[in-house]
Amino acid sequence: MKWNNIIKVAFKGIMKARMRSLLTTLGIIIGVAAVIVMVSIGEGAQADIEDQIRSLGSNMIIIFPGSSRSGGVHRGSGSFNRFTMEDVELLQKEATQIKALSPIVRSGGQVIGGGQNWNTSIYGVAPEYTTIREWKVVTGEFFTDKEVRSRAKVAVLGKEVAKNLFPNQNPVSENIRIRNVPFKVIGVLDEKGQNATGGSNDDLILAPSSTVLNRLSGGRHIHYIYASAVSVEKIGAAQEELASIMRKAHKIKPGEDDDFQIRNQSEITEAASESSKVMTLLLGAVAGVSLIVGGIGIMNIMLVSVTERTREIGIRLSIGARSSDILIQFLIEAIVLSLVGGLIGIFVSLAVIYVLNEFSDLRAIINPTIIFVSFLFAGAVGVFFGFYPARKAASLNPIDALRYE
Amino acid sequence: MKNVIRVNNLHKIFTMGEVKVNALRGVDLEINYGEFLAVMGSSGSGKSTLMNLLGCLDQPTDGSYFLDDVDTSKLAKNDFADIRNQKIGFVFQGFNLLPRTNALDNVELPLLYDRHNRIQNSHESALQALETVGLSDRIHHEPNQLSGGQQQRVAIARALVNNPAIILADEPTGNLDSRTSIEVFEVFQALNDSGITIILVTHERDFAKFAKRIVEMKDGVIIKDYLVKDRLFASDLKNNHSDQDDL
Repeated sequence: MKWNNIIKVAFKGIMKARMRSLLTTLGIIIGVAAVIVMVSIGEGAQADIEDQIRSLGSNMIIIFPGSSRSGGVHRGSGSFNRFTMEDVELLQKEATQIKALSPIVRSGGQVIGGGQNWNTSIYGVAPEYTTIREWKVVTGEFFTDKEVRSRAKVAVLGKEVAKNLFPNQNPVSENIRIRNVPFKVIGVLDEKGQNATGGSNDDLILAPSSTVLNRLSGGRHIHYIYASAVSVEKIGAAQEELASIMRKAHKIKPGEDDDFQIRNQSEITEAASESSKVMTLLLGAVAGVSLIVGGIGIMNIMLVSVTERTREIGIRLSIGARSSDILIQFLIEAIVLSLVGGLIGIFVSLAVIYVLNEFSDLRAIINPTIIFVSFLFAGAVGVFFGFYPARKAASLNPIDALRYE
Repeated sequence: MKNVIRVNNLHKIFTMGEVKVNALRGVDLEINYGEFLAVMGSSGSGKSTLMNLLGCLDQPTDGSYFLDDVDTSKLAKNDFADIRNQKIGFVFQGFNLLPRTNALDNVELPLLYDRHNRIQNSHESALQALETVGLSDRIHHEPNQLSGGQQQRVAIARALVNNPAIILADEPTGNLDSRTSIEVFEVFQALNDSGITIILVTHERDFAKFAKRIVEMKDGVIIKDYLVKDRLFASDLKNNHSDQDDL
């Protein structure tokens, strides 16, 4: 039998029972639509999480002072500050896997300016800090290396500080006093919202590290060092390189414990994206189950259809159809049903995703691969669940089939 | 002229659980091209079983069956399907048309399974077959819109659309009244005149007289085989019938 004839016969079979065909397809329509919508929502959530993590800073590595040890007694992380400007300069000079590096000198206190006062944190940093954190200055500008070298008394305000000290005016070029040391405001940072630990990234003042070190913190130690690896893939290499430079700088012999710790955000990123991947997988699996249930629906209806059409099969056999013709006819009916269902399902899912993105807070990202895969899967469901009824039809004996009432 | 059908010592045993039923117990039969044979017998005589074997719908338990000089015992399942498609046309008691399918599509059906492309324009052939049975004006009617006689004529058109050597008709008028039956036999006799071998199963002696030769069966064997002397012609009877209707 010619292929176009087989397909024609299968289509006629479907069209002769339009309502039943539609109801049969419904399972596949819902299954395919569910898979695509669920996976799109999962991927949307994943993208949201990745965006949030990226906002923490790109490829950021943090070097903490480690626990010091005196006489075998560990004194806990940060118990002994051993970073100095020399460490920072050495790292800047020798590290090759790093695109930006900045010391952090922490201070804090009462800030007076614009007739108001406000208690906040002051961070002494290098100009590269904005690169590491991916922070932007909205008004004014950030300080430069020259201002760091000259220990200029300039400050960049976080949005919240700016709002509190200068509610109705532009703070740039105004003077403030941080713990009675006068600073000139040269810029205001863009609003960033909460940080990973729930604190505010807007309630702070940034100033040159040298200035803070000398005027405010009064020591010669640096609290941490932030660095940014050249790329996500190079985070590990950069970390190892930083560690070896630090060990050399601090004259730590092989076998001795580091007196510093290096952490990066890839662990957080991995954990978060891993959990959202698991969620996507779960959503997809649940939806996939409904697709399989849809397939069972097809098998069910096809079995009923084979019984109902036993006489028709007998007629076809008696006028010269081979068993394989009957097998292929029923198989194609099942496949056409599931593929048409898959196609309708894709359109339904696109409509649902459009509605979700336009009218709800959920973000759904359409992945062409999942559309393609679920369409193929629908076809496979048709083959798999159509095969048994088709074989049953094909194995009928023509005489028995003709006699069937 | 060669024999179209040559059957030697044909046996068929059906096994139903423990019980074995001997439906045919050694049938010998030769049928020539262009014959019009009526197989008669009471129910259970094995005439339908013989018909199924001749039609390659079933295979004998023992014995040989040569169709067009081909030994069918050496053929595979698909070969039987092809024989049914190309050499044989079936007409059944219950018409066996596809429901919700118009007359034209029903008639075209055997040509869909024609693997050898013997017939180039299946549509044209189907129309022609319907014309032969006098149903040119009913081609788009579905079976439930046709009378019994018309349905059987569609079935005959389907049986002859692939230019078969033989038409097998199993009680073709069993569901029809006598007047419609005569119409159907008129078609059969016309087809036979055009050279097609027709084998008819019937239990009504009156209808068997439309054939040229009668074979009587009983308990799985042929008990009588004779030529019809006072053959009936459906076209004459039909005129008589219309005369009676006029009265």
